[in-house]
Amino acid sequence: MKDIKFCISENKKIARDVFLMRLMGDTGDISSPGQFVNIKIGGLYLRRPISVCCATDGELTIIYKVVGRGTDAMSKMTAGESLNVLTGLGNGYDASLSGNKPLLVGGGVGVPPLYGLAKKLTAENKNVTAVLGFQQKDDIFGEKEFRQLGVKTYITTNDGSYGIKGFVTDVMKGLHYTYFYACGPESMLRAVCGVSETSGELSFERRMGCGFGACMGCSCMTLTGSKRICKDGPVLKKEEILWEN
Amino acid sequence: MGKLSVTLCGIELDNPVIPASGTFGYGHEFAEIYDINILGTFSFKGTTHDARFGNALPRIAESTGGMLNSVGLQNPGVDRVISEELPKLKKYFHKPVMANVSGFSVDEYAEVCSKLDKEEQVGWLEVNISCPNVHGGGMSFGTSAKSAAEVTKAVKAVTKKPVIMKLSPNVCDITEIARACEAEGADGISLINTLLAMRIDIKNKRPLLANVTGGLSGSAVFPVALRMVYQTAKAVKIPVVGLGGVSSAEDVAEMMLAGATAVEIGSANLTDPFVCKKIITDLPKVMDKYNIKELKEIIGGALR
Repeated sequence: MKDIKFCISENKKIARDVFLMRLMGDTGDISSPGQFVNIKIGGLYLRRPISVCCATDGELTIIYKVVGRGTDAMSKMTAGESLNVLTGLGNGYDASLSGNKPLLVGGGVGVPPLYGLAKKLTAENKNVTAVLGFQQKDDIFGEKEFRQLGVKTYITTNDGSYGIKGFVTDVMKGLHYTYFYACGPESMLRAVCGVSETSGELSFERRMGCGFGACMGCSCMTLTGSKRICKDGPVLKKEEILWEN
Repeated sequence: MGKLSVTLCGIELDNPVIPASGTFGYGHEFAEIYDINILGTFSFKGTTHDARFGNALPRIAESTGGMLNSVGLQNPGVDRVISEELPKLKKYFHKPVMANVSGFSVDEYAEVCSKLDKEEQVGWLEVNISCPNVHGGGMSFGTSAKSAAEVTKAVKAVTKKPVIMKLSPNVCDITEIARACEAEGADGISLINTLLAMRIDIKNKRPLLANVTGGLSGSAVFPVALRMVYQTAKAVKIPVVGLGGVSSAEDVAEMMLAGATAVEIGSANLTDPFVCKKIITDLPKVMDKYNIKELKEIIGGALR
C-alpha cells in the first residue's frame, strides 16, 4: 500500500452515469488486475474504494458509476486537479489459474477490473472470452476495447436494446472454458456460480471503512473463515463463498 | 528521555501517540507500511473470551466530519490472540503493547484480563466498558457507576499490570463513572469511546447500519471528547488518556492541555494510515511554535 498523489489527465462520461478517469502518478504498488484504490475526496470523511481498470507505468485508469456524493464529486473533477490515492489494495485475480481458455463475466461497473485482467491474459496468449452484461444500450461501455485485445466478446442487455437479450448466465450456459473470473452485482455473481462448470474467482463489493484491513468494517463469513473484503478480497474463490439467504 | 516522552501509569512512552483500539488491528497492517516502533504504544483490537464475527453488514456509515461503525467486537478470542497475534507482533514491535479487553459479564472481563496478565508483551490493560455495538455487554457496564466499579474491582483482583478503564461518552455525568473506577483501584481512565448514533438511507427508508445504531467517531466528535477529558481530569487523580476525533499534532496538544497524559488516535488511522507517523513528526514543530520545551509540561495546563 502506498499513499500517492495523482494528477487527473482525463475525466469523461462514457455511458449513462458512468465515467472514465485517467490519472498520472506512481502505479508501482498495483500488482494484479482486480485490485482497487481508495480515493480521498475533499469534504468527505471516508475514502472511496474504486476498482482499477488498468494500470501501466505511471498511468492509472478507473471507471466508476455515479451512485452517491463521492462519485458525484469525482464526476465533476477536471484534468489538472490532483487526488490523494491509496494504491495497491486488495488481492486481485490470480491469472495463473486461468488455463488456456478463460472466461470473463462482468456486469455493469463490474466490467472495468476485467479489462486489466483481459489485457494480462491476452498478453500471455490465452484464448479469452468475455460476457459483459448491462441493463440497456445506454449503459454499455468497453465492447470495442475488449474486442481490440482479441477477446471474443458477447454483450447482453436485460431489455434486449443491444446485443443478446437476457442475462450473462444465458450466454455462459452455451460456452466451454477452463476457468472463470467474474465481477458485478452480487445477484449476478451468485447466478454465475450457479451455472458455472469450472472453478473460478469472483470480486465482491462492500461498504468499507479503511480499505486496508484495519477496521473489520467489511468482513464476510466464508467456508474458510471470516475474510475482510478489502484485504483478504475483494476476490474470493468460488469454492469458499458462503452465500447468504 | 526525549522531549516528547511521557509516563503512563509507571511506564515511560517515547511520545504520547497511541493508535486506538479497533483502528489498528493487532498492528500487522500498519507494520507493513511503517516502523510502528516510533509509536508510544498502540491499543490492540478489543479482545473477548471467545472468538466473535461481529455484527451483520453494513457496519460502516459516513457522516459530516466522521463515521459510524457497528463492527461489534470482531476478534479471534483471547487464546488465539495470545497464541498467534502476540508472537507475530513480537517480531516487529518491541515495546509494551496496550491490551484492549471487552466482555459480556464481570467474570469474562476478569478471565480475559487474567490470561493477558501473564503476557510479558502486555504493558497495560485497557478495559473497554463502553462498546455501544453489543447487547448485554460493553457499554452497559460503562453507563452505571456501580457496574463500572464492579468490573474495575474484578479486573484489579487478577492483574498487577496497570488497568485503564475505557469509558463511554453516552452518560449524563462522566465524572461519577470515572470516580467509581478510581475508587476501586483503576490506574487510569481513557475516554471517549464512540457516541451512540445512527443514519437513515432515504432511498430505502431504512437505517443504514444493519445494527440500526453505531458509534460515531472522527474529527466531528473532538470537541465533545476534549470537554469530557477536561471534566474527568478535574475529577480524578489517576492519569487520563484522551481520545475522540484526534487527527493532528495540534489536537494532541489540546488533549494534553485538557489533562490527558497520553492521547489515542482512532478513526484518523482509517482515512490516513500514516497519520500517527505524521503526528509524531509534527509534534516538535508544534512545540516550537508554542514554545513548549517538554511535552509533559503541558499536561493539564488548561485545568490550572
